[in-house]
Amino acid sequence: MHTIEPAPLSAQSPHKPVLTGVQTRFDIHLHDGRVAFNGDDIFHDLDLTLPANSFTCLLGPSGVGKSTLLRYLAGLVDGDANGDITCSDAKPLSGRVAYMAQQDLLLPWRTVRQNVLLGAVLRNQRPDLDRADALIGDVGLSDAAHLRPAELSGGMKQRAALARTLMEDRPVVLMDEPFSALDPLNRMRLQDLAARVLRGKTVLLVTHDPLEALRIGDRVHVLRGAPATLADAIIPDGKIPRDVTDPDILRHQAELLRQLGATPAELNRAEGAL
Amino acid sequence: MTNSTPPSKSTTTPKRIPLTERRLLKLARPLIIIAALIATWQIIVTITGAPKYMLPAPYEVWVTLIARHDVLLDHAKYTIAETVIGLFAGATLGALAALPMALFSPIRFWLMPILLVSQAIPFFALAPLLVLWLGFGLASKIAMAALIIFFPVTVAFFDGLSRTEPGWLDLARTMGASRWRLLTHVRLPAALPAFASGFRVATAVAPIGAIIGEWVGSSHGLGYLMLHANARVQIDMVFACLLILCAFSITQYFLVDRVLRAALPWQADSLRRPGQ
Repeated sequence: MHTIEPAPLSAQSPHKPVLTGVQTRFDIHLHDGRVAFNGDDIFHDLDLTLPANSFTCLLGPSGVGKSTLLRYLAGLVDGDANGDITCSDAKPLSGRVAYMAQQDLLLPWRTVRQNVLLGAVLRNQRPDLDRADALIGDVGLSDAAHLRPAELSGGMKQRAALARTLMEDRPVVLMDEPFSALDPLNRMRLQDLAARVLRGKTVLLVTHDPLEALRIGDRVHVLRGAPATLADAIIPDGKIPRDVTDPDILRHQAELLRQLGATPAELNRAEGAL
Repeated sequence: MTNSTPPSKSTTTPKRIPLTERRLLKLARPLIIIAALIATWQIIVTITGAPKYMLPAPYEVWVTLIARHDVLLDHAKYTIAETVIGLFAGATLGALAALPMALFSPIRFWLMPILLVSQAIPFFALAPLLVLWLGFGLASKIAMAALIIFFPVTVAFFDGLSRTEPGWLDLARTMGASRWRLLTHVRLPAALPAFASGFRVATAVAPIGAIIGEWVGSSHGLGYLMLHANARVQIDMVFACLLILCAFSITQYFLVDRVLRAALPWQADSLRRPGQ
């Protein structure tokens, strides 16, 4: 299969995003969250607040339970789990969440457009074709809307997955390392795109990249230890997407690396290298 | 907004052998293989000096094939009908068995052991019973063919249905998918490549079922004709039957393969990727 690479950033079309639905107006509180696998607690007594329309990033070493926490909030953990998830508007969280995973999860037999329309099809609702086309345009895939996933590059697949996530028009978006499999340039473009099109929604993004978190996050939490505990949020300043060469951002990065377990010697070396 | 413009196809298309040459080679390949097989056959006949009633030479079989083509084709009709009907009956039953097993775990727990035990029965040994129950006509042969292919189709389809990518199921769940829509729009299409594999195997073995059925009791079909000719030491006739059977099986397999490929164009096919 031949793949089509997305055009460089300079070829951006001038039209504004058609987005989107309403601004999210409720905070989400997780209180005393606990998830266990095979009798071992991944985390317990975990509290997390996602303020209304904030972009929260969750960092942590591999296997610490970041994805588990995200999946728990998405209602995807079936096993040994409990805790209080409350929304400040007193309605339940379930049914108000869109989920985006590390894999694009595009169905290979459906075109980009048909994949974007998947949610409506699965709920047996009438799909909003105009909105789908507008969102496909927003993520820069208008020319590829009729292609199947096998004909897309990795970056284009994640764009399609992002359009599908936006199509759900849920107030809360949970993302599990959605950009980690991309090359650095594509990752940066996707981060910018996601930060732009998800504005107004409450987002939780799991990532293992401190700079990604500092680039697009309003709040950055580190999850670490076993059972895992959550450190207080780091709240970087500046307009998103931030300049990752800014000294403040680098200072925050050093702090995040320290929280992730880097020793002072390692931190000094890292600073020397920068 | 980025605006992805596909680069012209010519830049990504790898250099190819000229089309006519590739086509010629593709057409010639089966002919070359058949010629080599016939040559081998003739060499064996010449070297061993086997008499006609043991191993007839290719030319003698060819003469019989032409001279008796009316009888041969008349009997082939029955065998082909039994095979094709048996194939579709067996595949349908297999799909219908796999579906509830994949969807409802109680059915799976009860049906799977029965299915496995049924495989311990040598189906060929059932042929006399089928003829006894269903008679000398088409029905017993169709049942035999259907029985033989039921298991591979069921197992393949069940496998496909129970191995839906977990991420797709998660996604569908957060989307609030209905159980029925999840089945028809995610799990079923995802299982089709596995079903197709089972169906290909079934296509290859279905004629065996029909022939066995005909051997045990019938008054028509290539199996009947072979048995009859064998008893009268008309070995050239036996070989003529075999040739027709081979030609039919191969044609059927390639037709089915073609249709399945066309129906499942998204299927990963690493052997056919251009430039590899």
